[in-house]
Amino acid sequence: MLIIKDREIVEDNWVHLSDEDSLIDGNITVTLTRWQEQHDLLSKHGSGLGIRLSGDEPLEELVPDLHHFQLVVLLFPVFTDGRCYSYARLLRDRYHFKGEVRAQGDVLRDQLFNMSQCGINSFELAKAESAEQALSAFDDFTESYQATVLRPEPLYRRR
Amino acid sequence: MYQYDEYDQTMIDQRVKQFRDQTRRFLAGELTEDQFRPLRLMNGLYIQIHAPMLRVAIPYGMMSATQVRMIAHVARKYDKSFVHFTTRQNFQMNWPKLEDVPDILEALASVQMHAIQSSGNCIRNVTSDQLAGVNANEIEDPRPWAEIVRQWSTFHPEFAYLPRKFKIAVIGSPEDRAATKLHDIGLHLVKNHDGQVGFEVFVGGGLGRTPVIGVQIRPFLEKQDLLSYLEAILRVYNRLGRRDNKYKARIKITVREHGINHIRELVEAEWVQIREQLKLDQKEIDRVKQYFTEPDYDQDAQQDTSYSEMLGQDAAFARWAKQNTADHKVPGYRAVYVSLKKPGVPPGDITSEQLEVLADLAEEFSFAEIRSTHTQNLIFTDVKQADLYALWLRLETEGLATPNINTLTDIICCPGLDYCSLANASSIPVSLEISEKFDDLDYLYDLGDIKIKFSGCMNGCAHQSVGHIGILGVDKKGEEWYQFTLGGSSEADASLGERLGRAIPKEDVVKTVTEILEAYVDLRHQDEAFLSTVRRVGIEPFKERVYADN
Repeated sequence: MLIIKDREIVEDNWVHLSDEDSLIDGNITVTLTRWQEQHDLLSKHGSGLGIRLSGDEPLEELVPDLHHFQLVVLLFPVFTDGRCYSYARLLRDRYHFKGEVRAQGDVLRDQLFNMSQCGINSFELAKAESAEQALSAFDDFTESYQATVLRPEPLYRRR
Repeated sequence: MYQYDEYDQTMIDQRVKQFRDQTRRFLAGELTEDQFRPLRLMNGLYIQIHAPMLRVAIPYGMMSATQVRMIAHVARKYDKSFVHFTTRQNFQMNWPKLEDVPDILEALASVQMHAIQSSGNCIRNVTSDQLAGVNANEIEDPRPWAEIVRQWSTFHPEFAYLPRKFKIAVIGSPEDRAATKLHDIGLHLVKNHDGQVGFEVFVGGGLGRTPVIGVQIRPFLEKQDLLSYLEAILRVYNRLGRRDNKYKARIKITVREHGINHIRELVEAEWVQIREQLKLDQKEIDRVKQYFTEPDYDQDAQQDTSYSEMLGQDAAFARWAKQNTADHKVPGYRAVYVSLKKPGVPPGDITSEQLEVLADLAEEFSFAEIRSTHTQNLIFTDVKQADLYALWLRLETEGLATPNINTLTDIICCPGLDYCSLANASSIPVSLEISEKFDDLDYLYDLGDIKIKFSGCMNGCAHQSVGHIGILGVDKKGEEWYQFTLGGSSEADASLGERLGRAIPKEDVVKTVTEILEAYVDLRHQDEAFLSTVRRVGIEPFKERVYADN
């Protein structure tokens, strides 16, 4: 599958395991539930390990374990559910997560700019979206008033 | 007033370009209606009965004469040559074509106007007191703070998809002319015991189906912490607010379900983490404040004697001056309300021609500025008393001098069933019937300050729950009925009205208003105001009068 990562269209090299799937080699992501149940086993996983988090799940419970993960996948069940924008900012600003933060679910071109400002750097676009066309959305705006993950100094300190 | 620099201008120009492309993709079938809806809503565009409705932001009500001329122009070129002013100081166009909206926005952007976040589940246009900067009771001018909030909230990337809409109002005087306690966040500039000025912060106010008066979340916030505290509230709400039921998604419900104490703890815990990072520096505060310095007032304005002479000579002028002008902090100046409540005209409506005359009058008499008010009127805030007579004559000619500000016929009214696809019942035609019935000015003045607020459905756009007399249109098996409440207020003593009794059929609305007023006149002590009488005697005597005959 193709995804957008760091503003480029690339082949995805992660496999998202459900709670029933057997463990496989290679880069995998699991749910928070599975991570909590199979913590010891998963922390010995030989390749990349990622976790999938929805806005219903408490980010703070995950924080002590963040160093185990190279990828945090944030779920947007519908694009109007904005909770994970806050999660992305907290992951970056407060918990200093340096790995990949990915948006999954109802991820549409018109939200990419805001998502990227909040610190999300990879995107699994919803089905009908064209990745090629979506790339231009990162340049919808060249400025923001606020302090964002991409521009930590608010405009009022820069103008 | 605030002037855009290249940063502000670039952002709204880029927004026009982005929306032009979104509209193009929608019309080409590349975006579904479900996908386009939140995008257009975030630009103030609703799909209504006749056509799209476009709501344009007027940040804290401030307009330049140039902007007013542009409003007149777009209304003439793209609509039916009139616009409608709303209770949140914005204006609406009721008949634009969807494909014209990008051009309308481009025209507005050329005069530093936009429709950004005037709808949708995001932070809406920030509102304020129409007498900001000119009233003598002011602790500090709230407008620079409203502008700072406007910039912080515009395109905030984290808060574009909140559980529900989010409204912020800022005031700087003890009198509340902006209904701040009915906002998701109300900010009051106050002085603490040390004489330091900061914000008292209220949260969780709101109207609609479940009207709630906001509660204090913080008694005193230092000014430089404003943005970090707002960001903390919004982050807590964005995470905690309900997303399973849109009728329970406003922060008022979050506060009710979790309790203000718990919400306060969460906000404070979040705030300490971001407080230093988002501290406002004095340089920025000063930069914004320089746009709101006092205009070049004539220090000899009060030497004028013509004003008192004309008051003596012309009774109609005197009546208007008494009712439609307000005190000003500078001696010899007054603030002048332009009534958009002429009997026979839908409340808040104004034509392109009238707007152009107002732009001229603003340049001639009031430092080229006009403001909109939360009561759907307009105001010139800085008029010399010597100019009042000339200004009145011109307003009178234009039908904009109806001397009814703060009287019964200064009705706040939503568009209702005639325009709005949400409405259950008509509001404008019935409110017009009320204005026509009570056209005797002497009777209106005798009744004094009575605020009627009239909404065509329980979304409550006209704030009926806080009307002295609130009227709410409801649908009963396809018929329009009206639910009355008495004793509400949106001011410093904010309260929710109490239900009078069962709903009233449409043909009896005017009769019911008449009976309520008759009961008041019988019950009042000397010049006791309507609201005071209702609060003193309760609802029963009014109920008896209205429901006695059936």
